[in-house]
Amino acid sequence: MSEPEVDIIDQVVSQEYKYGFVTDIEMDTAPKGLNEDIVRFISAKKNEPEWMLEYRLKAFRYWLKMEEPNWQNFNYPKINYQDIIYYAAPKQKIALDSLDQVDPELLKTFEKLGISLLEQKRLTGVAVDAVFDSVSIATTFKEQLKEKGVIFCAISEAVHKHPDLVKKYLSSVVPYTDNYFAALNSAVFSDGSFVYIPKGVRCPMELSTYFRINAENTGQFERTLIIADEGSYVSYLEGCTAPMRDENQLHAAVVELIALEKAEIKYSTVQNWYPGDKEGKGGIYNFVTKRGICEGAYAKISWTQVETGSAITWKYPSCILKGDYSTGEFFSVAVTNNAQVADTGTKMIHIGKHTKSRIVSKGISAGKSHNSYRGLVKVNKKAEHARNYTQCDSMLIGDRSGAHTFPYIEVNNNTATLEHEASTSKIGEDQIFYCSQRGIGLEEAISLIVNGFCKEVLNQLPMEFAVEAQKLLAVSLEGSVG
Amino acid sequence: MLKIENLKASIEGKSILNGINLDIKPGEVHAIMGPNGAGKSTLSAVLAGRNDYEVTEGVVDFLGKDLLDMSPEDRAREGLFLAFQYPIEIPGVSTTNFLKTAINEKRKYLGLEPMEATDFLKFMRSKMEEMEMDKSLTSRSLNEGFSGGEKKRNEVFQMAMLEPKLAILDETDSGLDIDALRLVSAGVNKLRNPDRSFLVITHYQRLLDYIVPDFVHVLYKGRIVKSGDASLAKELEVKGYDWIKQEVEAAV
Repeated sequence: MSEPEVDIIDQVVSQEYKYGFVTDIEMDTAPKGLNEDIVRFISAKKNEPEWMLEYRLKAFRYWLKMEEPNWQNFNYPKINYQDIIYYAAPKQKIALDSLDQVDPELLKTFEKLGISLLEQKRLTGVAVDAVFDSVSIATTFKEQLKEKGVIFCAISEAVHKHPDLVKKYLSSVVPYTDNYFAALNSAVFSDGSFVYIPKGVRCPMELSTYFRINAENTGQFERTLIIADEGSYVSYLEGCTAPMRDENQLHAAVVELIALEKAEIKYSTVQNWYPGDKEGKGGIYNFVTKRGICEGAYAKISWTQVETGSAITWKYPSCILKGDYSTGEFFSVAVTNNAQVADTGTKMIHIGKHTKSRIVSKGISAGKSHNSYRGLVKVNKKAEHARNYTQCDSMLIGDRSGAHTFPYIEVNNNTATLEHEASTSKIGEDQIFYCSQRGIGLEEAISLIVNGFCKEVLNQLPMEFAVEAQKLLAVSLEGSVG
Repeated sequence: MLKIENLKASIEGKSILNGINLDIKPGEVHAIMGPNGAGKSTLSAVLAGRNDYEVTEGVVDFLGKDLLDMSPEDRAREGLFLAFQYPIEIPGVSTTNFLKTAINEKRKYLGLEPMEATDFLKFMRSKMEEMEMDKSLTSRSLNEGFSGGEKKRNEVFQMAMLEPKLAILDETDSGLDIDALRLVSAGVNKLRNPDRSFLVITHYQRLLDYIVPDFVHVLYKGRIVKSGDASLAKELEVKGYDWIKQEVEAAV
């Protein structure tokens, strides 16, 4: 690389993380550390029925016997699980029936994050569940959704109000035995969202959960369960932020999606946890298990993720294509800057006949970050005429970042059709100069080029969020080229 | 419009421009010709602000401002446009989106509000008609998969949209067949007006059959060694560059 190019690439400097503030609010927290008492404590806080506590304890005992995985393409300092607070909630005892009862500090916090919970300022067409540390603060548009029979509430509420659904589906896609972090989550999960769309109902608005970690030394372990009954449709979006803190914070969520016959679930994530500072101090460990099952024929699950935050992002939103003619999709943009790491991708498990999957992954690495795509396409013996298309593109900004691709393919049926395309490109000085000669400055140019690179994925996002995601990409890469 | 005085520039210690003097007035079309390696493309790159080159001496005044002191984007925003010899591909970015960004960045620089989307589209549509551009070109990714002719026409279309005061055409004729050359030249001629100047850099005279210059300069070894009117280009077409080289060598 020529000298001037290095110059340009060293020049752009990160804008401060915009969401790094802390809300000063009185908290109700569990003592640090993890043991059976803590699990019981959390369960008691939620006033849970016995079966839920039993489930947690089973998961906890299983977790104790497990070892942390070590096959990933990065290192991180050993997590001291006894040094984490597993439950933190704003002190507020009453059940929240109206927003008037919500602490104004909390409303202000979400306001600052651009998520208005107040009636008049809400994004039209989007219902929001706001989760602050370990609890759900408010869910908007509940009444309107109820008319259609749609259930959208905190999972802790669903445990009480819809125990049959929770019992039937919780842990059915991601069992607690699945992996280390899923077991941990099953033992200590505090809150998250629950969605049920009845037969034949097209959910009338976007559903969205906004997660906010606030308290110090806490982990966030949310649990999301979405069930789309036969012939229904739902589009769901999650967003998240956290304050800037010097220590790493663990976020180990589990998301389970169940799409019954002819149902469709579109799940979008705009992940913007605190990424740590430029040297890699602090930031969130985003170790998440997300999996959906196309249970019935012609079901469809589509994951779209825009991952810009977190010190480490480690997750593989996956689809089990059990129903014949079912479809799984994965669209991903993962941006890493400075010292960030991402090891992300998907698993497409073809079980049913004529199942289709599509993977489009765009990785952008800047600074000295590392970005890995890891994906598995598995075609089972009985999955006649399965099809997969995988496209995996990496873009490097500067010459100190890394892009890695680990595709795994297991085909046990010779009627399968698989295509895989991969590319690596670099934002060149030529592209930047071309833009600047048209009057487009450096930051704008990078944002334009990166957005162009990610276009296919961004197009998958619901309209309301596509613009936000574009801005986010620009902000995360500020400072990446110099 | 543009006044270049004793401009010297080098790359990696190797001197390429060795004292260029040039005065371009509003509405004038100047052609720079010269053999390969004379410094033609370096001149356009230095004027546009490409930072691979180091300017070692000289002054360039552009509309009363010190051009060399400005960033490449500010030069563009002040009204300098370079039609690239090899236009760059930007996958996933449509010409429409690219131009909207460019125009609004310029407006921001000039202290103006960004153009409304509908106004922009109207403006673009009128320019497309004027330049006889194919509609599909603006929605495709910028320069990606464009033929040589399409790329150059797109450059001229961008020029029409950005309405520069000074347009530099860097070997715009290279890689074009005669039909494409005609189309591109017709586009440029439409954009000629009394307030807009052109600096046409070319190796061959044939472009100047279509874009007839007011002045022709011959660049050799980083200096303008001969200037004349359009007839000088014809003379070069017939006689080649050797006689000029000999003249220069004899003078030394």
